[in-house]
Amino acid sequence: MNGFANTLRAEWTKFRTVRGWVLATVAAAGLIVALGVMPGMEGTCGKHGLSSGCELPLGPGGEEVTDSFTFLHQALTGDGSITVRVTGMTGILPGGDPHGRGDTGDPNGPNGTGDPNSRSGRGGTDGPRHGVAPWAKAGLIVKADTGQGSTYAAVMMTGAHGARMQYDYTHDLAGGPDAATAAHPRWLRLSRAGDTVTGAESADGVRWVTIGTARLPGLPATAQVGLFVTSPQYTEEVHAGLASGAMGGPSQATGTFDHLATGDGWTGTAWQPDVIGAAGDPGAAGDPGAAGDPGGADDPGGPGGSGDGPRSGAEGFERDGDTMRLRGSGDIAPAVAGAAGLGVSISQTLVGTFVGLIVAVVVGCVFVTAEYRRGLLRTTLLASPGRVRVLAAKAAVVSGAMVVTGLTAAAAVVVLGQRVLRGNGVYVHPVPTLTELRVVAGTAALLALAAILALGLGTLLRRGVTAITAAVVLVVLPYLLAVTVLPIEAARWLLRVTPAAGFALQQAAPEYPQVAGLYTPADGYFPLAPWAGLAVLAGWAAVALAVAAVALRRRDA
Amino acid sequence: MINVNGLRKRFGAVTALDGMTFTVPAGQVTGFVGPNGAGKSTTMRVILGLDTADSGEALIGGRPYRELRNPLRHVGALLDASAVGPSRTARNHLLWLAHSQGLGARRVDEVLQEAGLTSVARRRVGGFSLGMRQRLGIAAALIGDPPALMLDEPFNGMDPEGIIWMRRFTRALADDGRAVLVSSHLMNELEDIADRVVVVGRGKVFADAGVAELLAAVSDGRVTVRTTAGGPAAAVLEAAVLAAGVGSVTPAGADALVVAGLSAEEIAGLLGRHGVPFSELTAHRATLEDAYLNLTRDAVEYRATVAGEGR
Repeated sequence: MNGFANTLRAEWTKFRTVRGWVLATVAAAGLIVALGVMPGMEGTCGKHGLSSGCELPLGPGGEEVTDSFTFLHQALTGDGSITVRVTGMTGILPGGDPHGRGDTGDPNGPNGTGDPNSRSGRGGTDGPRHGVAPWAKAGLIVKADTGQGSTYAAVMMTGAHGARMQYDYTHDLAGGPDAATAAHPRWLRLSRAGDTVTGAESADGVRWVTIGTARLPGLPATAQVGLFVTSPQYTEEVHAGLASGAMGGPSQATGTFDHLATGDGWTGTAWQPDVIGAAGDPGAAGDPGAAGDPGGADDPGGPGGSGDGPRSGAEGFERDGDTMRLRGSGDIAPAVAGAAGLGVSISQTLVGTFVGLIVAVVVGCVFVTAEYRRGLLRTTLLASPGRVRVLAAKAAVVSGAMVVTGLTAAAAVVVLGQRVLRGNGVYVHPVPTLTELRVVAGTAALLALAAILALGLGTLLRRGVTAITAAVVLVVLPYLLAVTVLPIEAARWLLRVTPAAGFALQQAAPEYPQVAGLYTPADGYFPLAPWAGLAVLAGWAAVALAVAAVALRRRDA
Repeated sequence: MINVNGLRKRFGAVTALDGMTFTVPAGQVTGFVGPNGAGKSTTMRVILGLDTADSGEALIGGRPYRELRNPLRHVGALLDASAVGPSRTARNHLLWLAHSQGLGARRVDEVLQEAGLTSVARRRVGGFSLGMRQRLGIAAALIGDPPALMLDEPFNGMDPEGIIWMRRFTRALADDGRAVLVSSHLMNELEDIADRVVVVGRGKVFADAGVAELLAAVSDGRVTVRTTAGGPAAAVLEAAVLAAGVGSVTPAGADALVVAGLSAEEIAGLLGRHGVPFSELTAHRATLEDAYLNLTRDAVEYRATVAGEGR
């Protein structure tokens, strides 16, 4: 062990006595920080008085949520049940299909306000069109009160995901896959017993199938119960030549219901329509990211209003005998960053990591290839004949330097960078401290493992230029391609199998399958779980180092 | 003490080492000579654990190099003086070497002084002349104060002053009791410093002998007599040669005779007793170069033949 300590110390002395390597490492940290707090990032949060401050409602779990919908409701006390039949859903989607313009006949746009979010159509000449967003929701809800972020349970039909039961924003249970149409209407029922709410569906209103049960500890005895409709930010991927990105805007849905009935203890007919979370721009997101601007970070914008209370939803509600139509826009879901969400996540503030990564692989390669070039490796092996020991010491030194670089830079970006960005009016999604720590440590691990991989390649290939090229192609290029020109599926594939999978360590925001959105790498969403991404990268590094060790042992120096 | 025993190594079809065997005893400078390609560097690399031999063994103090703990404390080597990181200073180059052997900066300053590099210690090695790099290489070889040293072509690229320094230094290292192996393809570089010479060619040892021994083997004991009295001198010396039954007296120019079969002392006594004047007696000393050329002729011829066949 003493021998390894000496070798380690010698390699560290070697590293720190080449000024270029030390400067490059420091510069890498500086660039990561600089790109993280780029002065170009400006937003509007907090710049137009107090009410423009960007704050999202918080759900029962403390997480940020979107809570905007049209609600036909009344207060009901104690246990009971509510039943309705959904006979269809229609909707309006933002532009994206140039041929769909003529059919909408709704010149006012999806919001019907005459101001259909001027940013929504940035994709080009297209306008709104008919269509139901896949995660548009129409159904029954029981909710503590009409304040945003209060505890709830809901059963609903969706645009393309069948019947669902959802509660407290992050929970999602699947029911039958069929959509509700006039020919095949679906029945929904929500039953409350104490703090337990059960959602069920039926094809005929006679035979019921339970979708799920939710325990809502915070549900008061008297809760708001009724029909709701909402339709989320709609985004789709856009390809224009080599560039790809996302575009979209708010969508709107109309649910058609009949046979609305209460029972099992609940009675009342004083249904009142309201819009929850309305602020003229329901569920509005920041710039959804237009084609050619895959980062979507130039104008992160801010969320809609802070929700000073429900607004009357009378214009979104029509009643014709037993038939009711409710029109809504927004979502009841956890808030997500990125193309379909708003603001930036701390993952996006770490865009400079790829620069650090380039430095890491160059230093990792050169730390050994420079010795091959000069014949210095022989001197090294004379001093430490244990070749695996030399390689291990080199790996430890170069990865140690990168750990320090990554920790310093990422901590500065996450702590200081967030503050600077918020000062600039950019909305940055807050994340739990543990997640911040993981992102910071993950950035360090990403740089360190990439450097080890590069060291292995350098030892194997022995020539600096060849090894650096190989390392950049393996580690950095997949990431750069994934966040710029590649279609999302190809990007996700690359980020699963290449060493760039390690970027998953930087994902700060969880991905919710039940929240419509483009979970693209450019928005800080990676296809693998953080630890799986780490494992893929570590696997590459371990294989490269092991093969290099075998080659180094076998070869004449 | 370095022992090399039966090393064999092939690079593809080329036999680099063909049963190389010799020892480097303590307290002596052992010259390691042979034409380029004779296997000198390969042998050194095998001794130092850089290359692996197909068979045979090389031991330093009884142990293979790769088993040595802090090997630079057992043997120091100067293989390639340009094998340095050009952006490090001389001192930092020696510092990492010292750290690798568990030594500190003080030892670095000592060897810098010994190699005469103190004044340039903080200059980048990239700007060093080859001679300065050789000195740095010597300093590196000495970092662990080892009992054995191996220097591969240490005189290459040195100016005359540097060569004199290197010779004295090498000699002093052996006089300290160290085993020193110095390779060269120029025999005369070793003439004044080597106690023993191992002559190699085609991957094996042609001769392994003391310098005196080797010289005697090629020396034929001739003496040149310079005299104005050519006739009387020839008469005296021919009589002595006849009496001895072996030797010859041959005129060489107007005022010189070359005598074989008699030593310089015998000639001086004879001429003195007979009152024949002479101005100079020169014993023909065979040079190490002669011995070397003689011994390696076979190898050179072999290579010339192979090259000729290749055309």
